Amino acid sequence: MNSRYVRLGVLWLLLLTVPWWLPLVGGYTQLGTRVLVYALAAMGLNLLLGFTGGLSFGHAAYYGLGAYGVGLTLKYLAPSTPLALVVGTLVGGVAATLLGPTLMRRRGVYFAMITLAFGQLFYFIVVRWNNVTGGEDGLTGFVRQPLHFGHYVLPLHDVAFYYLVLFCFAVATAIMGVLLRSPLGHTWVAIRENRRRAQFLGIPVERYIWASFAISGFVTALAGGLNAMLNNFTSPLDLYWVLSGDFVIIAVLGGMRSFWGPLVGAIIYLYAQDYLSSLTDNWQSFIGLIFILVVLLFPRGMLGMLRMKARSA
Amino acid sequence: MSLLRLQNISRSFGSLRALEEVSLEMSAGELRAVIGPNGAGKTTLFNMVTGFFPPSSGTVWFADRAINALSAERRTRLGIVRTFQITEIFPDLTVFENLRIGVETAARSNALPWMSRARRAGLERRVDELLAVTGLADKSERVVSELAHGDQRVVEVAIALSLEPKLLMLDEPTAGMGDEETDNMVSLIRRLHDERQLSILFIEHDMDVVFGIAQRITVLDQGRVLAEGTPDEVAADRRVRAAYLGEAA
Repeated sequence: MNSRYVRLGVLWLLLLTVPWWLPLVGGYTQLGTRVLVYALAAMGLNLLLGFTGGLSFGHAAYYGLGAYGVGLTLKYLAPSTPLALVVGTLVGGVAATLLGPTLMRRRGVYFAMITLAFGQLFYFIVVRWNNVTGGEDGLTGFVRQPLHFGHYVLPLHDVAFYYLVLFCFAVATAIMGVLLRSPLGHTWVAIRENRRRAQFLGIPVERYIWASFAISGFVTALAGGLNAMLNNFTSPLDLYWVLSGDFVIIAVLGGMRSFWGPLVGAIIYLYAQDYLSSLTDNWQSFIGLIFILVVLLFPRGMLGMLRMKARSA
Repeated sequence: MSLLRLQNISRSFGSLRALEEVSLEMSAGELRAVIGPNGAGKTTLFNMVTGFFPPSSGTVWFADRAINALSAERRTRLGIVRTFQITEIFPDLTVFENLRIGVETAARSNALPWMSRARRAGLERRVDELLAVTGLADKSERVVSELAHGDQRVVEVAIALSLEPKLLMLDEPTAGMGDEETDNMVSLIRRLHDERQLSILFIEHDMDVVFGIAQRITVLDQGRVLAEGTPDEVAADRRVRAAYLGEAA
């Protein structure tokens, strides 16, 4: 119990000091921000994937809807960073919530396929709806706005924006952490472990998977919105199925049975991307190689492997 | 008062008539065994009671209420709880976590996103009670997939108990067990019946178990009730000996 608090303390201390130490090890603040954004998206996905047992192959859709929600709000509605984030999160989250019921009866591969199909649906809508979304060229013409605290105005330069993302990350992970320790979270894990058994207990399994899917959609949408602000840009690639696959890879890399696994996965994935892409255009084949090695050698992901070692030691 | 009453239950699967005009009455607090050769319709009978399939004809009564129209989930909440021939547990969770799911379900708190410390402690005490009753206390923190088969079966019974059943139905509780594990399960069933007056209906192939603990026995053969009575009566029944125990009539 105590060592858990120590580990959490170290984790948050490291996250709070990223702008100081990351440049010392060859990184830069924006890379840290991107890690948090991807980690948040993958942790949202992992609520469904790792803790409820539903493989979604279309989570980029909710990520992208969050991104376009933010971009369009800033561009057309109001120049307000908090409002844009709320709208983005709602757009993606509500879309996931509404689609949920049509997905819940499907299982396994069929579940993955139908989430993929819905994801692609949104992708094509955004590509075709040229005059609003900017089509294939992506959405430009918006910038994240300074935060107003009464009379005090905080401009969101790179470091300040990192802390805004960290704040959102903290709130979202705290909510997910509380949920997973609650009876609701226990029920999700029971469904993952043995859906039939859970059903025989009298648990309306489909409603619970829906709840997980919806919450997971909100979290991923928030991450997408933050990403649009990070780049002051979003494009249809943010809804594309390849990105859905990246989220799954990040969760599996880090360990989908561990709460913080996707964070570890995002660090590995983005660091590899950042470093390898400066060496070779074929960096993706190296990511693939890393992924294969992790799946073969540590089927529970990096963090899962460390935990097993700790338990057997 | 009868707790469970089956009235002329029939069930066919295509041209196969799995149950034909089966009637059975079980009183509260009874420990009843259902025996019969393979294919006699024992598990189909269980499925009629738990609601996995509806009967083709006939009525199932539980506590003087016709329950044909109720879903399996509703029947579970009424207190009809079963275990399975193939062990159904939550493999990667600990024994404690397995039972906690059941206790939270019984308390209808599955959907709660948060729980007060006091309430949580209350539910965990209930888990500890179940661990004590079933003799699993020292294995509480073990992951169930790593337990021996016999212990996994006990975990399954404990999950069923966590739902606070009025009628506990066990489908071959000692299947695949060694002698020691069987003795352990038998004494657990006996304890649940003697100390808690729990009504238990069980399917079993091990005749030592059946004649050792059952108060009454129902013998099924080819989808019909061949005989019913106390162990002595059933053992003396000539048709049973002929059809089931393999003696010439």
